[in-house]
Amino acid sequence: MNGKEKRRVPIVPYLRLPEAPDEKAYLVGSRCRVCGETYLGQRTACLKCHSVDSFDEIALSTRGRLLVYTVVHQSAPGVPVPHIAGIVVLPEGVHLRTNIIGVPAELGILQAGSQVEMVTQVVREDSEGNEIVAYVFRPVEGG
Amino acid sequence: MGMHPFGRFPEKRLPMLGAEAVLAALGDAALRPSDIPIAYSATTQAGMLAGQGILREAGISGIPVTNVENGCASGSSAFREAYLAVASGRYDIALAVGAEKLEQVVIPGMGRPDGISREHLTQLLELGEVMGYVETVPEGHVGTVLMPGVFAMLAMEHMQRYGSTVEHFARVSVKNHEHALANPNAHRRRRITVEDVLASRPISEPLTLYMCCPTGDGAAAVVLSSMEVARRHSRRPIRIAASALASAPYSSRDLALMDVNSVSANCAREAYAEAGLGPEDLDIVELHDAFAPAEMLHYESLGLCAEGESGRLLDEGVTRLGGRLPVNTSGGLLAQGHPFGATGLAQVCELVWQLRGRAGERQVPGAKVGLAHCLGMSAACAVHILTR
Repeated sequence: MNGKEKRRVPIVPYLRLPEAPDEKAYLVGSRCRVCGETYLGQRTACLKCHSVDSFDEIALSTRGRLLVYTVVHQSAPGVPVPHIAGIVVLPEGVHLRTNIIGVPAELGILQAGSQVEMVTQVVREDSEGNEIVAYVFRPVEGG
Repeated sequence: MGMHPFGRFPEKRLPMLGAEAVLAALGDAALRPSDIPIAYSATTQAGMLAGQGILREAGISGIPVTNVENGCASGSSAFREAYLAVASGRYDIALAVGAEKLEQVVIPGMGRPDGISREHLTQLLELGEVMGYVETVPEGHVGTVLMPGVFAMLAMEHMQRYGSTVEHFARVSVKNHEHALANPNAHRRRRITVEDVLASRPISEPLTLYMCCPTGDGAAAVVLSSMEVARRHSRRPIRIAASALASAPYSSRDLALMDVNSVSANCAREAYAEAGLGPEDLDIVELHDAFAPAEMLHYESLGLCAEGESGRLLDEGVTRLGGRLPVNTSGGLLAQGHPFGATGLAQVCELVWQLRGRAGERQVPGAKVGLAHCLGMSAACAVHILTR
């Protein structure tokens, strides 16, 4: 044992991981104080109303609707295939790229418009043994 | 104008590919290297100052050279810069060259492919546009930005919304491969069938391998000049009736799944207005068919048919050689190939050959007006209209 504790590291800066057992992971958004447009992660200027530094940091909803998806058979090195990649729209209007889990990686099983919810999973370890954590979405029962 | 054929040329360095295209273009225009006062060069993968290297290889030095990078629309963007240089009145003549060697491909967001096995790299190279956004993205773990996946999702949407089918996509690929049979510069010159396309391995469903363009090497170059200079060199010069460039207008969706339709429609609208022409005036079109479904989306964005009608246009054979409006007579990106920096300029070469009546077996009889459409994701869209 080298005494160094393994950490859980979010795969993208806008994924906030729980720090206490009763907390849940969420995605961080920026909402424009002037026009209300909401973005994933941090932004400098609003693309809709051009206001600068006018953002409130918010926790984005962890449920949304599946807009469209594909079954990926050829991906980056080390990424398991086949897997489902899709676009999810959150109630705040934010569109997200994400993987979809919990269903077989085939076309025709998931319906566009169906409800999905966010969960996290460890996708790999970095060279120091830290766990790299990604967000993914899975179908909501009866969604 | 002139081209170095598209394909795999491991024995040739990038400057050699580019220089061959430049010298072919000079020969075609009956100009000497010393006649070129300014040049614009397009590559995406060759690093800094590649254009000066290409021109030196072609025997040209001392002139202003600007390197242009605009993703897969880099060649079209260099062409537009050359056009603006002449249109501004500052220069009588300008050269645009584009060249690419994709054996050295990098996958933006994943760094150089050091950690990739030779076999995996070969697979990626077969695939076509493997590029993602330049920002760092954890590809494959939080969705996909690889182009086959993105266009697969755009294809799924079109299928759900308008009832297009995988057979439609396969027929686009078959058509463009058939066109390429008569193009000696094409990368893939092989007759394929709908069954071949559907049976090739799945890349990102519903896309199969043969619905994706190949990546390869190649170069193309075009000399532009004022009409006054052009008339001294040619009895029938080709006129640039419009040059438009656009980037995607903001939508929340475009940040996650690029909106190629809005940017193409906006850019085409501007080009048609500048030319005083409409889609009904076109005789030929070269458009950005990096993936087979994209050709159908672009039919609609460019106004070649109404929204949702691209399947019918294809079914009626309108866009194949012999049809009313042949699209991608060169073979397009799917079969002529897609060495990123060269692609947009190769489209211009094809239009010029067609408008001059020099396209050989793939000639569209009496072609007078041609349109070229090239996309760098949704971030750069170029539309040029050429007439004779």
